[in-house]
Amino acid sequence: MLRMIAHRVLAGFAVVAGVVTLTFLLLHAAPGDPAEQLLGPTATAEQLAAGRHALGLDRPLAVQYLSWLSRFGRGDWGTSLATGRPASAMLGRAWPATARLVLVSLVLSYGLGLVVAAVQAARHRSKLDTTLSIASVTLVALPGFWLGLMLVAVFTYLLRVLPAFGVAGYDVDELHGWARLVDALRHLALPLATLTLIGIGAAARFARGAMLDAIEQPFVVAARAKGLATPRLMRHHVLRHALIPIVTLLGLSLPALFSGAVFIEAVFAWPGVGRVLVEAVQARDYPVVMAATAVSATLVVVGNLAADVVAGLVDPRVRAREEASA
Amino acid sequence: MTAALRDWRGRAGLLLVLLALVAAIAAPLLTGGDPGTLGDVVATRFVPPFARDVHGVFHLLGTDRLGRDVWTRLAYGGRISLAVGFLSVLLSVVLGTTIGAAAGWWRGWPAAVLSGFTDFALALPRVVLLLLLVALWRPNAALVVLLLGATGWMPVARLVQAEVRAHAARPFVEGAHSVGARSRRVLWRHVLPNALTPVIVAAALGVGNAILLEAGLSYLGLGVQPPTPSWGNMIASGRDTLVNAPWVATAPGVMLVVVVVGCTLLGDALRDAMGGRSTAAL
Repeated sequence: MLRMIAHRVLAGFAVVAGVVTLTFLLLHAAPGDPAEQLLGPTATAEQLAAGRHALGLDRPLAVQYLSWLSRFGRGDWGTSLATGRPASAMLGRAWPATARLVLVSLVLSYGLGLVVAAVQAARHRSKLDTTLSIASVTLVALPGFWLGLMLVAVFTYLLRVLPAFGVAGYDVDELHGWARLVDALRHLALPLATLTLIGIGAAARFARGAMLDAIEQPFVVAARAKGLATPRLMRHHVLRHALIPIVTLLGLSLPALFSGAVFIEAVFAWPGVGRVLVEAVQARDYPVVMAATAVSATLVVVGNLAADVVAGLVDPRVRAREEASA
Repeated sequence: MTAALRDWRGRAGLLLVLLALVAAIAAPLLTGGDPGTLGDVVATRFVPPFARDVHGVFHLLGTDRLGRDVWTRLAYGGRISLAVGFLSVLLSVVLGTTIGAAAGWWRGWPAAVLSGFTDFALALPRVVLLLLLVALWRPNAALVVLLLGATGWMPVARLVQAEVRAHAARPFVEGAHSVGARSRRVLWRHVLPNALTPVIVAAALGVGNAILLEAGLSYLGLGVQPPTPSWGNMIASGRDTLVNAPWVATAPGVMLVVVVVGCTLLGDALRDAMGGRSTAAL
C-alpha cells in the first residue's frame, strides 16, 4: 500500500512538473510577450528591448526556464502584471474557495446520486427507472454556466431569495456567529446547486450501472432467494459490492468537477482558482497563469491520488493486487 | 447500428441529433435570413417569443438586444456548434486511432513511449490546457476545433491500443500473417476494423462533450467570436438581459441540452448494442 502511494505521488509530481513545463513553453511559443503586455501598445522598439532585458526575456530559453523553475520551486511565483500583487498570494486565497465548493459538491453529488441509482436498480426496467434515467442524462447534458444563469434568473431576479455573486455579502464584516454562517451558506447555495445537480446526474448514471452489475452476482441472487427484503438487500449486498467501481470513479470525477467549477466560478464571481485562471488568461497575466495552472494541476493530481488510496482501503483485492505486483 | 436503433434510446438520440442537424443545415430555408443583419435596432429589440415586431415581422423566439432574430441565430449558431463538435471529435479519433494503433501494434520501446505519453496526456487537466491555449492565440472556430481535437484523443488511443493488443493475438491475425500478408496490411484490413467498435461509442459521447466545451469557451469569450453566432456566445450575450429578455439566453441552452442528451442516448444505445462495457468518453 505504501509503495503504491509512493509510486503514485511520484507520478503525480511528474504530471504537475509536465504541466508547468508545457505551460512555460506554450507561453513562450505564443505571439506577444510580457514586456508588450507591461509596456502597452505605445512602447517603442528600444523600450521593448529594455523591458525584455529587465525581465530577462532576452536570455536563452533553457536559462529562462531553469531560473524560473528554481524561483517557482522556492515559492517565488512572481507578481501579477494586472494587479501588482504576488501571484502566490492570489492563489493562496483562491484555492480554499475552489476546494470547498468542489468537495462539498462531490459529497452531495455522490450521496444523492447513489440514492437515485439504488432506487433505479431496485426497480430495474420499470417506468420509474426510465424516468430517472432520462432525468440523469438531462442533468449531465446541462452546460454548467447556463444552468447557473438560469438559477440566477429564477432565484435571484425572479424570487429574490438568494444572492448570485461572490462568497459573502458586502456587510460580512458586521456579521457574527450565526448570521455570518447563514450569509456564507446563502452565497454558497447557487454555485453549489449548479455543480451538484450536474454531479448527481453523472453519479447516478455510473452508480446505476455498477449496481446492476452487482445485482447479477450469484451471492445477490442467493440472498434474494433466501427471502431478504429488497431495501436490506440493496443496502447490505448490492451497494457494498457496487462501492468499489464507484469509489474509483469518484477520483476520476474530481477533474470533471474541477473543470465544471472553472465555468461556474466565472458565472457566480466565486473567487476560486478557476476564476483567477480565467481572468489571468483573458488579461494575459503570465505569472498568474503559470501559478494558477500549477495549482489546478496539483488539485486534480491530489484528488486522483486520494481516490486511489481510498479505493485501496475499500477493496482488499486492489491492495492485494498492488502488493503482488510491487 | 440496427441493434442500437431497436433500443428506444438509440431512436430518441438519433432523432434529437438529426433535428438539430437539419435545423442547422437547412437554416436559410427555415429562418428569416442572415443571422447578423442589424435593422432598426431600437424598434425591433427585445421582442418576446411568438410576437411580431413593429414592422410586422414574426419572431418565433423573439429578438435580442440588437433586434436580431433569436431563432435565426440559433439555427446558424447550430452550424458552428455542431461543426465544432463533430470535426473536433473526428480529429480526436484520427489522432487517437493512429497513436493507439501504433502503441498496440508495435513492440518494445516505441510502444512504451507512446503508451507513456498517452498516460501523461490523459492526466493533464483538459479545461486548464484549453483555456491557456485558446487565450494565447486569437480565438476562432478553427482553433477551437484544433485544440479540442488535440486535447481529446487520449481516451481513443487507450481504447484502440487495448483492442489492437487483444486482436493481434487472435487466430485470424495469425492466419493473415501466415499466408504472407505484410504487417501493415494485417493491421489495416484485419485488426483495425475490429478495434474501432468501442471508438464509435466514445465518439458519440465525445461529440456532446466537445459541444459543451466549445459553448463554455465561447461563453467566456475565448471561443467563437461575435458577431458569428454560436450557442455559447449567444448565452453570453443573453447574460446581461436575463431580467428583461430571458429568452435570449434560454433558447441556446435548451438546444445545447437537446443535442448533448441526443449524443449521450445514442452513445448509450450503441454501447449496449455492441455488448461492450466501456464507459470512456472523449
